[in-house]
Amino acid sequence: MAVLERISRVPAGAGMARMLVERNYRSSRRTWSIIVSGFFEPVFFLFAMGVGIGALVGDVATGDGRLVPYVVFVAPALLAASAMNGAIFDSTTNVFFKLKYARLYDSVLSTPLGPRDIAVGEISWALLRGVVYSGAFLAVAVAAGAVTTWTAVLAVPAASLIGWAFASVGMATTTYMRTWSDFEYVQLAILPMFLFSATFFPLSTYPPVLQWVVQATPLYHGVAMVRDLMLDEVGAGMLVHVGYLVGMGLLGTAWTALRIERLLLR
Amino acid sequence: MASDLEVTTDRAQRLAGGGWQAVAVHWLRKYRRVWVSTLITSSLSPLLYLAGMGIGLGMLVDRGAGGVGGVPYVVFVAPGLLAASTLQVAAGETTFSVLGSIKWTPIYHGMLATPLRVRDVVLGQLVYVLLRVTSAAIVFFVIAAALGTVRSWWGLLAVPVSVLGGMAFASCCFAYSANLRNDQGIMLMFRFVVMPMSLFSGTFFPIEQLPGWLQPVAWVTPLWHAVEACRALVLGTATVGGVLVHCAYLAVWLVGGYLLSVRVLRGRMVV
Amino acid sequence: MPLSPSEPLIRARGLVKTFGDFTAVDGIDVDVHPGESFGFLGPNGAGKSSTMRMIGCVSPPTGGSLRILGMDPGTQGPAIRARLGVVPQRDSLDEELTVEENIWVYGRYFGLPRPVVRERAAELLEFAQLSERARSVVEPLSGGMKRRLTIARALVNTPQILLLDEPTTGLDPQARHVLWDRLFRLKREGVTLVLTTHYMDEAEQLCDRLVVMDHGRIVAEGSPRALIAEHSTREVLELRFDTHDHTAHLADVDGIADRVEVLPDRLLLYTPDGESAQSEIARRGIEPLSSLVRRSTLEDVFLHLTGRTLVD
Repeated sequence: MAVLERISRVPAGAGMARMLVERNYRSSRRTWSIIVSGFFEPVFFLFAMGVGIGALVGDVATGDGRLVPYVVFVAPALLAASAMNGAIFDSTTNVFFKLKYARLYDSVLSTPLGPRDIAVGEISWALLRGVVYSGAFLAVAVAAGAVTTWTAVLAVPAASLIGWAFASVGMATTTYMRTWSDFEYVQLAILPMFLFSATFFPLSTYPPVLQWVVQATPLYHGVAMVRDLMLDEVGAGMLVHVGYLVGMGLLGTAWTALRIERLLLR
Repeated sequence: MASDLEVTTDRAQRLAGGGWQAVAVHWLRKYRRVWVSTLITSSLSPLLYLAGMGIGLGMLVDRGAGGVGGVPYVVFVAPGLLAASTLQVAAGETTFSVLGSIKWTPIYHGMLATPLRVRDVVLGQLVYVLLRVTSAAIVFFVIAAALGTVRSWWGLLAVPVSVLGGMAFASCCFAYSANLRNDQGIMLMFRFVVMPMSLFSGTFFPIEQLPGWLQPVAWVTPLWHAVEACRALVLGTATVGGVLVHCAYLAVWLVGGYLLSVRVLRGRMVV
Repeated sequence: MPLSPSEPLIRARGLVKTFGDFTAVDGIDVDVHPGESFGFLGPNGAGKSSTMRMIGCVSPPTGGSLRILGMDPGTQGPAIRARLGVVPQRDSLDEELTVEENIWVYGRYFGLPRPVVRERAAELLEFAQLSERARSVVEPLSGGMKRRLTIARALVNTPQILLLDEPTTGLDPQARHVLWDRLFRLKREGVTLVLTTHYMDEAEQLCDRLVVMDHGRIVAEGSPRALIAEHSTREVLELRFDTHDHTAHLADVDGIADRVEVLPDRLLLYTPDGESAQSEIARRGIEPLSSLVRRSTLEDVFLHLTGRTLVD
């Protein structure tokens, strides 16, 4: 409870986080090529999985025991993973640059905006980009025949939830970074999740002990959530996935606001 | 006094002649401060891929298609990962640090204010990258071999071949980065060259599965040649002629990239 | 809470700021009145920037009381900041944006509507002599231009108080004069300026009133002229000798001046009449390498008060 009280004391600012989103939109117009390119990464993966690995693997059993082509199995996971990667990239490398080199937040804090505005603004921006990416990826997946049901539309809001959860924790972590080489450790946390969150092969492939470990990771819940939606296998487990990610997002946002205050308002 | 001066000039001339060593030492000294985190990531990430793709996904592949080309998927994918990850490390060492040394911290300006020449600057840094990349390749190879993915003693040669492939690409990355105005171009290169090349150069699946028009593109990439040579060596199916052709092709990239780098950097720094 | 006309815009009483064991600001009292140009003069590390950050509501005071525009920075930070303009020591311009976008975006942080922001930006770029660079990116601008843009940006919300932390540090002499000219205009328009500096010429040029800070404390307060009158003589005779230690020459000049200061490279003789001191030196047959008479400055005030020079 002491933590909650501490968080409630973080100066809120003027509640104008949207102005920071506006700033990011403006600056992004000069780096549009980077933003557009971010969309291609999961598409390349989808292509590799579809034409390459898919042909080697054949069909895969889903959670409900149905057999589906490998590309149908892996597409939701790639969507979830790209939401994570995009959010992490935005909230770590980009934020670190703004925090340490551009000193953007120093000048923002000399206006009516406060630390909470910065946290909410940056995380919202990461989330918005995530929505655009996942929407575009979904369109490609439909064209590639990897989507079989209309509930797949819900994968877009689901991806934004994943984006929020990872962006908020990513940004909080970034406030502890000292040098660029510290980001190697971020990769060290992200890569195993990318590979082992039942992304490329089903949970049942793992030994029972490892299954527990896999199920504890946030990306597992993101992948499972998107996969359930895209394969139309929504069940009670969906509540667990959503609850896990919402909790992570709230915690990360509050943590970020607290850290920005510690770092810049001293 | 006169003799002192002569000694210094003489020494300067000798340094200029062999000055690339000093440049390599500069980069190694910098590397010493971050070697823990970088060696961990540069060796761990391919190993994670080996575990995830080779072993995990391999179970599905072996069940579905009975392996690839008569060997289990992990054996097929290990040499591919060796070549691809070596190339990625090499690219990582010749992009941001090159542009950064021109733009953000004027390191090259400092070096070129001494008797060092542009070619010493390029060669010295590439020699450092060579050491850096070789150490990463050795770590990966030893662990991959321990997992039983190396089927022949010829496989040992896969380490130098993968390093050659990495350096062939790195020398071109150097030229490309030295020509950039800002770091956007680096991001774009990784996303549109390194990433697709890593996925589609026979690393994870044979390029015969690609659409027909894409196969010639794969033949052009240095990575495909490195992967093919490494895989043949590791599986013990290599022919001397085959490996030599691949290596010769990579050597052309290496030398061409080096000459281009010197040219580009001179154009940028000596104005 | 409305500000009564008699109340100062900034009022600090016993203001303290500590970082761990280090005391940056050690109980200072400050009043800044509307329309005034107020300066904090002191060497690096005197506590000027910490004081400015507290006034800018981005650093909570450790002790004492602080009221700005009649409000409490602890609870009304955003409301106060809405009426302040801040020019930080290091330019924190948004290098990913163009010159005009820097002002637009900054204005939006104050919640100003887009049309208002555009109109203000055009005026401010005119004021900062940057209209021709409006669409250029920030990076290639010269130091002086960046500084003027930072000031223009800080004026976007038509602030009642403009805080300037070391406004001309690192600029070449010409750029400094251009900047001083702009700040004079603001002063004439009635903007309250609060600035820190370690340049005595800047303090003399810009400040109606100033405090001299050292080790987190205020050691003197007044107008530049009053401070010089109170803590120094009218003129100073500077003598350089061909020696490593100027202390050796102290005995030679004994009795010539009201007071003598020894610096590593010269002797400073404080006297109402420099010329006659100079003739006395010649009469005694003392032959310095160089000898120069000048007016007393705030530098001399600081030297007298603290025994140290401002710029080291």
